[in-house]
Amino acid sequence: MVISNKALRFIIATFVICLPFISFANPETATTNAQNVESQEGSKSGHEAHAEPTDVKSEIKEFINHHLLDAHDFTFNANKETGEHYGFSLPIILWDNGLQMFSSSEFHHGPIADVAEHNGNFYKIHHEKIYKTDASGELTEEHGHPTNVRPLDLSITKSVFGILTVALVMFLVFAGLAKSYAKNGGISSGVGRFFEPLVLYVRDEIAIPNIGEKHYKKYMSYLLTIFFFILFLNILGLAPFGFNVTGNITITLSLAVLTYLITTFTANKNYWSHMLWMPGVPVILRPVLALIELLGTIIKPFSLMIRLYANMMAGHVVLMSIIGLMFIFKSWIGSSLSFVLAFALSILEILVAFLQAYIFTMLSSLYFGAGNEEHHHEEAHH
Amino acid sequence: MDKLINDFSFGLFIWQVLIFVGLIFLLKKFAWKPILDAVNDREEGIKNALLSAENAKKEMQNLQADNQRILQEARLERDNMLKEAREMKDKMVDDAKTEAQAQGQKMIDQAKAAIESEKNAAMAELKLQVSTLSLSIAEKLLKEELSNKEAQTKLVEKLLGDVKLN
Repeated sequence: MVISNKALRFIIATFVICLPFISFANPETATTNAQNVESQEGSKSGHEAHAEPTDVKSEIKEFINHHLLDAHDFTFNANKETGEHYGFSLPIILWDNGLQMFSSSEFHHGPIADVAEHNGNFYKIHHEKIYKTDASGELTEEHGHPTNVRPLDLSITKSVFGILTVALVMFLVFAGLAKSYAKNGGISSGVGRFFEPLVLYVRDEIAIPNIGEKHYKKYMSYLLTIFFFILFLNILGLAPFGFNVTGNITITLSLAVLTYLITTFTANKNYWSHMLWMPGVPVILRPVLALIELLGTIIKPFSLMIRLYANMMAGHVVLMSIIGLMFIFKSWIGSSLSFVLAFALSILEILVAFLQAYIFTMLSSLYFGAGNEEHHHEEAHH
Repeated sequence: MDKLINDFSFGLFIWQVLIFVGLIFLLKKFAWKPILDAVNDREEGIKNALLSAENAKKEMQNLQADNQRILQEARLERDNMLKEAREMKDKMVDDAKTEAQAQGQKMIDQAKAAIESEKNAAMAELKLQVSTLSLSIAEKLLKEELSNKEAQTKLVEKLLGDVKLN
């Protein structure tokens, strides 16, 4: 890291200061002109292939749904009147007979809406999924799902962008914290200092009590990374950028899979013997128990996945719905009431952000601890 | 469930796993290990410092107790020495006294014996002198008396006259 600390801070500060000018989602202009938009939609080279919502309620619903999904471009705000999107496009990377890379803006610049042409192939983006089509951009649908071929989509989507940002921030913060110890004679300094108590909390209150003094060290990297990764992404989701990364099933699935894999591959003999051939129970019951136990190992990470996903998703849905209520009420009392509610809920969501990070880390360490349990209740079985 | 499966994106999954695993290893090398090491070192340092302070305190107390003990011993020794010296002095004085007394007594006895013998000698001499002297006096007297015939005759007459009266 050769970037000067001061310059970096200045850049970040400037960026944060500029955020309000570009980022606040402002559906009001869109809602007040809902009718207008609809009439004009035909003439525009539309940005959404699906039917535009006709009233405020369904527009809000559509807006929320759009927010909850991953996206292939980064839109801070859209002016539906002029059809302009404020944001930036992200790279699309497809694996379709070789690597296909182009900008997401190509979906909007072609002659047909949401269809991009690259190396002679035509791709259509439909509900943030990319399908291979012909030049006309038609999708053959069956049971409401398109049956067109979907190439492997390795695009840098909004979520990937968010993950990369968080990864970078985490690296800067914690590498900085690590360096500050050497510089400051064993006492942390700088931004990282704020996170030192959290690091210690993860070690002393999560890892050591659940895994045990003996084995906890090998899991620390994973537990700390996952804790701060979830925490930072949760907080990022609350910031007005429109990220919903931890409320994405793919992300929570991958985290749960990692926890499952680590539990499975670092578990000791005792864990497996208790799982596959439970000592101390009649032999006939043992295969049944093994089945239940094996199922349990999969249910545990599954519950991790669903818990984080559902919590963050629900938080975003409720928060955005209440914000949306402001535009439905359109009265001083109702709108200000829902503002107060949204404000209170935002604070609650900050708590949830910390809580979910804590719970995910706690349960992961609990599973690791179970995998590393010593053979101490031997006498009970004989 | 259908919605969940529909929401799943394989590309995002690959990115997430790649970035996340990469992040774990990067942070492990550049952040977690140094941070935990530093924190551990610091905690060890604090623990050691407290322990050594406690030890120093104990040592100090021991030292003080030692000092006290040594002082006490020294004092005791001094007292003993003083006592011994005093005893020795007393004994010496006593010894000297008794010896002197014995010596004195002996000298007195000797002196007494000498005096006695001297006295005896002197007495004997005196006796001898007195006898010779009285003899010579008697001789002289006798000579004197006998030389004066008239007086002698008178005396003899007188003595004879006394005898007749009886």
